[in-house]
Amino acid sequence: MHANTGFRPEAWSQAKRFVRLYQDAEAVVIPSSSCVAMIRDQYPGLFEELGNEQLRREFRALVPRVYELSEFLIDQLGVEDVGAYFPHRVTYHASCHGLRGLKLGDRPFKLLSNVRGMELVSLPHLERCCGFGGTFSVKNGDVSSAMLAVKLEDVMSTGAEFCTALDNSCLMHLGGAMHRQFAGMKTIHMAQILASTGQSPAEVLG
Amino acid sequence: MSHAPQPILDPALAPPFPQAALPMLRDVQLRKNVAHATDVIQAKRARLVAEKPDWQALRASASRIRDEALEHLAAYLEQFEARCMERGGVVHWAADAAEARAIILGILREENASEVIKIKTMTSAEIRLNPYLQAAGVKVFETDLAEIILQLGELEPSHIVVPALHVNRSQVREIFARSMGLSDLSDDPQALTAAARHYLRRKFLEIPTAISGANFLIAETGAVAVVESEGNGRMCLTLPRTLITLAGIEKVLPRYSDLEVMLQLLARSATGERMNPYTSLWTGVTPGDGPQRFHVVLLDNGRSAIRAREKERQTLRCIRCGACMNACPVYRQTGGHAYGSVYPGPIGAILTPQLSGMQHAQSLPFASSLCGVCYEVCPVKINIPEILIDLRAQVTNQERGKAARFLDPMYLGMRVANVLFSRSWLFHAAQWMGRIGLGVFTRKDGWIHSLPSIAAKWTQTRDLRGLPQQTFHSWWKQRKQGSR
Repeated sequence: MHANTGFRPEAWSQAKRFVRLYQDAEAVVIPSSSCVAMIRDQYPGLFEELGNEQLRREFRALVPRVYELSEFLIDQLGVEDVGAYFPHRVTYHASCHGLRGLKLGDRPFKLLSNVRGMELVSLPHLERCCGFGGTFSVKNGDVSSAMLAVKLEDVMSTGAEFCTALDNSCLMHLGGAMHRQFAGMKTIHMAQILASTGQSPAEVLG
Repeated sequence: MSHAPQPILDPALAPPFPQAALPMLRDVQLRKNVAHATDVIQAKRARLVAEKPDWQALRASASRIRDEALEHLAAYLEQFEARCMERGGVVHWAADAAEARAIILGILREENASEVIKIKTMTSAEIRLNPYLQAAGVKVFETDLAEIILQLGELEPSHIVVPALHVNRSQVREIFARSMGLSDLSDDPQALTAAARHYLRRKFLEIPTAISGANFLIAETGAVAVVESEGNGRMCLTLPRTLITLAGIEKVLPRYSDLEVMLQLLARSATGERMNPYTSLWTGVTPGDGPQRFHVVLLDNGRSAIRAREKERQTLRCIRCGACMNACPVYRQTGGHAYGSVYPGPIGAILTPQLSGMQHAQSLPFASSLCGVCYEVCPVKINIPEILIDLRAQVTNQERGKAARFLDPMYLGMRVANVLFSRSWLFHAAQWMGRIGLGVFTRKDGWIHSLPSIAAKWTQTRDLRGLPQQTFHSWWKQRKQGSR
């Protein structure tokens, strides 16, 4: 948030804190593509500006152990079928950072296609941004809303019950508009779908 | 036609992007035109890129060529100058817009030219050449079809490749019918181009002085290259007695063979064609053939300053294909005029503020959701999102020192958030207080429908889920204890 809005000193302190908090972890799994993209694409530049060689070394040691959720499941654990059950019609929104930043490719689809009972409907214009963009959504609230309207048209056209994604920020954006418009669709994070079973179904919030 | 006020494409005078975008968002016709045109070009581009297995290698090669040119810019420009002059051309150097305008007017005075024909050149729009020449008594006639539409309709360009992209067929009919006195003109594309052809032929035959831009300058040979779709450019390049070419200094390529790479990328990226219909290359003056007097005006106008900055230098790789604006979801909603510059879209958002030394257009680096599609389609691999973020930092660093910004909700919020993120007990306390604070705004259904201050920009179109009763941390702790 700070780095992308131009608040560099604040971004430095958060990047430092990330390394301090997680450097002893075996693996850092993040269910948010934009956060992973921030760490991979922007933290190196932030540490470069800070010029602290010790910190840079610690970061370089840590960053290969930072995974996005679908990367961790498929690349690290070798699991494509998590044994989930979610008997609903679902469409998947490939967030910009998942698609172009992390290049998740077909990983999310592999995981979703193995969910029992679920019908996956493809979303038209998958590559198009939902208009969130962090502080963009308030600094350019009108343009952001226009982008959101276009995205919602595509999402609603799928006739799905749920729109899922690997990025909570897009889901907050899309879900906020769905709720405002009484749109007859809800958002759900992919982690919730993957954790859903017959005995313990996903808790779908209002 | 809509009678919206004329957009201001002068970065020094244009309103900030969010403000300029609002009337565009309300203009239904404009949004339909822009979405349709960009969708069509994008689909054509995607098809042609898909048939090139070496597309990524071409991009890599092109960015290396452009970087090489920029690394040794002075040497290549001097080489170009020497070769061009050997072949009878005259090369002028202009530090800024005013100098370039004065040089061009000086040449026109020497030629006793009271009229001049022009090929589409965005660089001339950058230096606001047309109004300057008109004020000096020189009549300027655009010859590119899109530029004719704009000139006769007294409209502003909204795209660097397809400047009349925001105007549709029936609007073109209306402009031509009115300005050419053709009341029974149909909106059939053939009839419209026939009308333009009739209007143009007379200008080509009668006016012996032309102004062009340049797509590339070749250092090795002193050649200039112009690519276009209509052939009207070639008429301007071959028929007149005198030709003046205005080119930004970054347009130079080291070698003639570099065109092999560039031309494969440019047409595919710009218009979704394998090859543009007309590629004109000429070197100096050829006795008895084509213009007998040839001038090149090399324009800096802020480019050297961009070149001097390590991260931002890649901005100057741009070959003006417009692929970034065709792909941009922001441009698709607002069209080009909201950017307040002749360079709109993602490339405009980084180029325009930099050309003014970050004095103007400071809202433009923020006019992006950072979705990254501009970087993905750029044929010379300009990392536009990275530069946008860097320019945002420059603007924020400038602004945050100002007293007026101290209590600005955005700046205040960012500082407070940073403090809360810095200590976990503070963050937890904030979560606890946030539940109480936001609770005031949260309805019984657990959703927030209205928030004050800058957050109102969120709730104008979106609800927000209230904070959950249990945080992830406490749930995680509980779960761990339970499982052991």
